[in-house]
Amino acid sequence: MNQKATPVKNTAPKGATAARTTFKQRFESWREHHKEVALESLNRLLATPLPTVMTVLVIAIALSLPAGLYVMLKNAEAISDDWDGSAQISLFLHFKTSAEQGRKLADTLAQRGDVKRTEYISRQQALAEFEEQSGFGDLLQELGENPLPAVVVVYPSVTDLDAAEALRLDLAAQGEVDLAQLDAQWVQRLYAILDLGRRLVVALSIGLALAVLLVIINTIRLAIESRRDEIIIVKLVGGTDAFVRRPFMYTGLWYGLGGCLIALLLIQTLLWWLDGPVQALSELYRSQFELSGLGLEVTFLMLTGSILIGLVGARLAVSQHIRSIEPG
Amino acid sequence: MIHFHKVSKRYDNGKDALLNVSFELDQGELTFLTGHSGAGKSTLLKLIMLIERPSGGRMVICDQDVAKVGRSAIPYFRRQIGMVFQNHQLLFDRTVYDNVALPLIIAGYRPRETGRRVRAALDKVGLLDKEALNPIALSGGEQQRVGIARAVVNKPRILIADEPTGNLDPGLSAEIMDLFDQFSQVGVTVLIATHDLGLIARYDHRLLSLDSGRLISDGMDQIAADPHHQIYTGGY
Repeated sequence: MNQKATPVKNTAPKGATAARTTFKQRFESWREHHKEVALESLNRLLATPLPTVMTVLVIAIALSLPAGLYVMLKNAEAISDDWDGSAQISLFLHFKTSAEQGRKLADTLAQRGDVKRTEYISRQQALAEFEEQSGFGDLLQELGENPLPAVVVVYPSVTDLDAAEALRLDLAAQGEVDLAQLDAQWVQRLYAILDLGRRLVVALSIGLALAVLLVIINTIRLAIESRRDEIIIVKLVGGTDAFVRRPFMYTGLWYGLGGCLIALLLIQTLLWWLDGPVQALSELYRSQFELSGLGLEVTFLMLTGSILIGLVGARLAVSQHIRSIEPG
Repeated sequence: MIHFHKVSKRYDNGKDALLNVSFELDQGELTFLTGHSGAGKSTLLKLIMLIERPSGGRMVICDQDVAKVGRSAIPYFRRQIGMVFQNHQLLFDRTVYDNVALPLIIAGYRPRETGRRVRAALDKVGLLDKEALNPIALSGGEQQRVGIARAVVNKPRILIADEPTGNLDPGLSAEIMDLFDQFSQVGVTVLIATHDLGLIARYDHRLLSLDSGRLISDGMDQIAADPHHQIYTGGY
């Protein structure tokens, strides 16, 4: 039996020679095989459209929730980025401050590096403005005395909120200043909400990615179960674990890809649906604001992420079951 | 080619399926394996296919000590062995061609080479004109021949058949046996497990008989020498 020196296959008639293939041939057929398996897996999914569509939709909805929230958040951030144009610090001066002192203060402050420009609003101007804008002019006439203080409006040249707040504190320390108010509190609140939103997106992404993973694992598990006989035959004729795994890996890939594409479509539909009202709202505020989508980077990230989830899910499902399905 | 040395198999439930079985099959030899149900035929075939592992003894198959074939090496080991199943084990969701091509696709052949070999194997079993059909459309004998084509398409060194003529009439059985004969003549070691005494009697081949897990006879033409069929009590 041990005829190592004269291998059996050389002495055997040609018909029984085990076939040899070169590495290049193997690689080519491996590639060809992958293409075939990928298409076959896709065809299998398309052959049962209803369950496939339902699974893909579940994945798509799960993916579009955090992605949709992300888009909303991103747009809200874009709004808040506009704040520096509108932010200003109002310095309400003491009543005893004279108009001259006020103007001087405004001029002095305008020299500062962190201040773009200043504007002095005298008590009379403030009153006139108030009368014009509020329509309560008559009421003020009744009061007899002008209740409004003079104001120095400071437009900071710094754009971030912390620096603006530091500037406000600095200006509040000026002798003439009664009260310094940063008119960007809404920005601060928005920032806090956005920060919360960002965390929510992360938490939601992790949770729903896990959900997608479980959906894929379960779907693939059922697919494996339905192809039990085939797996046994493949193993009997010499199929490796990788060979058995392959069609299911592609199934996972298709689910991930399909779910993500539908999710992107859902988000695009949502943006399109919201675009009209947002434009209207934006016009009311005389803003140039426009809704932006996910962006190329995040779209790419989402695609790779969901494909990866599909592959990992398939891998987990297969490795759980592949060993339990053995001929015998 | 197949070497059993005092091979035993005891299942987890304590049942001894094989006890101290020793035999040697050479290259190109055609051998019958017989015995009544539960005698250990299936276990013996499963051991050769590495579906089960022996609990004692030594097995050398295709110059490989089976004990040294790890789990990940099993697929490559099995590619040297073609197996024909009693229930054909065909896949009914694809054509005859795709069924026969399966071992070649698994082994990584190029499509052109696969096509050439599949057609050669189908030609050999006389089903070249049925390659595009679903095997479900074929008769039992034809399905069995598809199974044989699949078993030999990768030119294995060993061909194992489990009750290959189980559900076939004598005429078809003879055709199948002729095929096995031809394979053994080109150097394939053929082992046929069968209940079919008539079949065994018609051919002058070596016969291994199992009874309760023991090899009770190993020789040529046992049936002819034992007209009362005392070799086993299979109820025939």
